[in-house]
Amino acid sequence: MTPLTALIRRDIRIALRVGGGALIGVLFFLSVVVLMPFAVGPDLKLLARLGPAILWLGALLASLLTLDRLFAADHEDGSLDLIVMSRTPLELACAAKAMAHWIAAGLPLIIATPVLGLLLNLDGLSTSAVALTLLAGTPALTFTGMIGAALAVTLHRGGLLLAVLVLPLSIPVLIFGVAASEAAISGPQTFGAPFSILCALSLISFVVGPFAAAASLRQGLD
Amino acid sequence: MRLSGRGVKCVRGGREVFSGLDFEVASGEVLAITGHNGSGKTSLLRLVAGLLTPAEGTIALDGGEAELTLAEQTHYLGHRDALKPALSVLENLSFWRNFLGGEAFDADVSLKAVGLDHAAHLPAAYLSAGQRRRLSLARLLAVRRPVWLLDEPTAALDAAGQDLFSGLMRDHVVQGGLIVAATHGPLGIEARELRMGGTR
Repeated sequence: MTPLTALIRRDIRIALRVGGGALIGVLFFLSVVVLMPFAVGPDLKLLARLGPAILWLGALLASLLTLDRLFAADHEDGSLDLIVMSRTPLELACAAKAMAHWIAAGLPLIIATPVLGLLLNLDGLSTSAVALTLLAGTPALTFTGMIGAALAVTLHRGGLLLAVLVLPLSIPVLIFGVAASEAAISGPQTFGAPFSILCALSLISFVVGPFAAAASLRQGLD
Repeated sequence: MRLSGRGVKCVRGGREVFSGLDFEVASGEVLAITGHNGSGKTSLLRLVAGLLTPAEGTIALDGGEAELTLAEQTHYLGHRDALKPALSVLENLSFWRNFLGGEAFDADVSLKAVGLDHAAHLPAAYLSAGQRRRLSLARLLAVRRPVWLLDEPTAALDAAGQDLFSGLMRDHVVQGGLIVAATHGPLGIEARELRMGGTR
């Protein structure tokens, strides 16, 4: 097994076991979306119009929720020291950790979306449009969020700082994610343009995220 | 193979911990770092491991593999044991064995060598402090690295564990490895002493 697959497998395993973060994100996503119809009221048209935005906000907050443990857990038990010293470049190790986090915490959100779409009066086409934009956009949330997680690694209770650092970076993802979903549902503009930009944002974050995270981890090693 | 430091100065949080420190360890030798609390024993180990950078001076390994950095040829056994409570003993060890890279040995054999083979499938959360230490030691055996940096390696080990550990260190030194250990007690192996500090 290569070092990177070993790292990805370990992180997914830990996330799925008792005390791991994978289920927490989905449960949070579920509760935010389930509460929304009660808050907005039984207006089905309004719910359908707000649906994509609610799903996206829920997914954004749910992915932030578990992100602060991405490096903090490894830092606390000394694993991070060994990861830094290993023969695998730290940038690749960061990318592998972010990928494992997305598989364990991001992918379940997308799988839950069709169920939650029903609660928000979204039809099949709209739900799949939202799910598709989430599939393209949530990796960007994880990979930019990783930078914040690396900066806050040495702080206890760094979760709030992480949110403050990461939320501004995730605004473009939110804008184009919701824009692409709404374009698919109601038009008038095409689905392709905002969706391509969303994919581009994800691709940029794949490149920038690991390097920025590795640099801030090295900086914070003291 | 020779690990040497020349005029090493360490600054932590704006305060000078030590300066002008020279040391040298050749393969087959053990260097025991002693000194009172706060004299910089752990800092020195972390400098050698590349986890801190010296404010002045150099630390170098001569005669190792040329393409690899010092850190990549080094095992670091710190205070914190780098174990995940949710994973089993074997899963913890196998992960480090696969991740650290380089020449590796069978994880089961390494577990047997530290006397943990009966607990291989127990989650690490249920291990005692001494057993956690033994599991960390198994990591040193599962992957070959010529340089061992050990921070209080015998802490939490029982008498049998300390004997076992002395044996492991002796084997490593005989095979041409070198060891730098920060310690308060005896290591159970012949070692040169590097005394840190003096000024508080």
